[in-house]
Amino acid sequence: MNPVIEVKGVYKSFKNVQAVNGVDFEIIKGQSVALLGPNGAGKTTLMEMIEGIQKPDAGEIFVLGRKWKGNEDTLHQQIGLSLQETHFLDRLSVRETLVLFASFYCLDRRRVDEIIQLIDLAEKSRSYVANLSGGQRQRLAIGIALLNHPKLLLLDEPTTGLDPNARREIWSILLRLKQQSQTSLILTTHYMEEAEQLCDRIIIIDHGRILKKGTLSQLLEAENGPKIIEFSLEAPAETNGFAPSRFQIQWAAGQGKGSVILSDIETELPEFIEFISINKLRLKTLECRRKTLDDLFIEMTGRRLDD
Amino acid sequence: MNRIRHNQLIQLISAQFKDIIRHPAVIFWGIIFPILMSLGLGIAFTRKSDIVRQVAVIGQEQNPSSAGPSSGTDSRMIMDFLRHHAEKMESNDTVSPAHRITLKDDKLGNTIFVFRQATWHQAMSLLKRGNLSVIMDESRGEIQYHFDPLNPDAQFTYYKLSGIFNETAVTASTDVILPLTVSGTRYIDFLVPGLMAMGIMMSCMWGMSYGTIDKRSKKLLRRMVATPMKKSYFLIALMMVRILMNAIEASLLFLFAWLVFHVTIQGSLLGLLIIFLSGNIAFGGIAIFVSSRTDNTEIGNGLVNAVVMPMMVLSGIFFSYHNFPDWSIPVIQKLPLTLLADGLRGVFIEGAGFTDVLAPTAAMLTIGVVFFSAGLKVFKWH
Repeated sequence: MNPVIEVKGVYKSFKNVQAVNGVDFEIIKGQSVALLGPNGAGKTTLMEMIEGIQKPDAGEIFVLGRKWKGNEDTLHQQIGLSLQETHFLDRLSVRETLVLFASFYCLDRRRVDEIIQLIDLAEKSRSYVANLSGGQRQRLAIGIALLNHPKLLLLDEPTTGLDPNARREIWSILLRLKQQSQTSLILTTHYMEEAEQLCDRIIIIDHGRILKKGTLSQLLEAENGPKIIEFSLEAPAETNGFAPSRFQIQWAAGQGKGSVILSDIETELPEFIEFISINKLRLKTLECRRKTLDDLFIEMTGRRLDD
Repeated sequence: MNRIRHNQLIQLISAQFKDIIRHPAVIFWGIIFPILMSLGLGIAFTRKSDIVRQVAVIGQEQNPSSAGPSSGTDSRMIMDFLRHHAEKMESNDTVSPAHRITLKDDKLGNTIFVFRQATWHQAMSLLKRGNLSVIMDESRGEIQYHFDPLNPDAQFTYYKLSGIFNETAVTASTDVILPLTVSGTRYIDFLVPGLMAMGIMMSCMWGMSYGTIDKRSKKLLRRMVATPMKKSYFLIALMMVRILMNAIEASLLFLFAWLVFHVTIQGSLLGLLIIFLSGNIAFGGIAIFVSSRTDNTEIGNGLVNAVVMPMMVLSGIFFSYHNFPDWSIPVIQKLPLTLLADGLRGVFIEGAGFTDVLAPTAAMLTIGVVFFSAGLKVFKWH
């Protein structure tokens, strides 16, 4: 199957910053892929090169089998996109904004009505854009991206800055789309839940390089321990001077909190409790959970995704 | 009818027009403000009113710029004259006593001189603040006048004052003066076409340039060109909406001037139409060129001001540009705002016909097309 996006050895720098540093990946039809990474990782620059807004310094990008140069009109007809931050005309209503963009694609009013239903803005269809909440504006931006039944949908941080409810509303729109159409999706995010919820594949990116890519289970199972214990102590303790153990505890400096990765929870948890007891520590909380993408990112970079 | 009127251009014009007229401030700044300005200036220059001029009489302290022998600093001669010829005004504790002389003139309006004693330092402060234009003293034993010889108002005050103190004051009472109130010869007739020209320039430069830069900074341009939208349509729609807005504004200004000041159009209406359209195209093109690159509204402010301010000063909107040095006149006459203002005045007050305005129309169209093409070529959409 021909990939809908092929990124081959792409580099891009701005003045002294190497924003994208040798990136390769492919996305096949119908796949949803997240570019996951912290702020400044190079996600938006990469996305803008895929969108044809920026040109790579080196390397090649094929979108729906074509390069951007000379194919702008064809590609614009077939892709839908939502930028990280877009303001529409403030004093145009939701419907008028959709009608304006629909006219660029020669679409009819039925499609505008469908989109208003899809993004759940029927009650706000006559409201000015200036009077919409952040979540509603983002839903409008996604609605505009979906107007032309795109083969490929490119969303740059679609839920950044939104409250959890607004974020879930966007997710439900995108999940519905995923179930009902063959649209390929690529989105950038620094929310691991977003990547987990919406995407089949995840590409973890930092400092312009791909650190890891694969499905969620591939990414998490490839590492040595799928479970994590997070604990806190009654009183902050010195983090050295403990009896030797096989646990590699990550301490939060001076807070009496720590975490440890376990590969076999059934045998290792009792041993951990014994370790606490031997060192005369008193537990305040103890939580056992599966490993997340955030944990994986911390392991790889020493930083959190939302740093 | 389920289909959208497909024409992108119509939708772009409609969207941008709605976005403008739905801002309540547009009604004030675009329509009411120019009318208020013409009302204020029209009244100021069409009604005869008393002219009041303040004069400082130096007393108590030596004028530091006078190098001559100190011959008394109490301005005795001036004060004696005032005591005999002027009316004494009441004063409070903070202001020194003053005298008033009124030169009566029922044709040109009365001139009232208010004389107030002051130290040299106080007089200079008042002069710098624009509160008075002439200072009088007697530090050399005779009446001396201090004023800026390049300031026509100060000159006017000096001539009248000198007439009073030499007892040769001239008023128009004895001369035969026939005021020119024929339509087309009054200041308001000169002003209204100038205000229209200025309105077109301001509306294009601020509305189009600033609006475009703002859309770029908010990434709306970037979003729009990520669709099959024709880029030239976007810019053409921008210009058409601005022409429409300017037509509404100019029509209302004219309607007001016609109703209140009886300003009329004496020349060809077709000539007026083409000069109006070509002026819009000239400034629309310049506006697109000015806003073609930057995404910073502060830089945009500076760029727009750099274009607008020189023309505001030079193009003779409020007063004739023929007061500028002779060598500069041919340059000033080629500025787009001068071409537009002169063209509009030609039709409004000189009765210019269609063929008379062809030359400025062609010049402005050329300016518009050249700047529009250059702007489109270097236009930054992202």
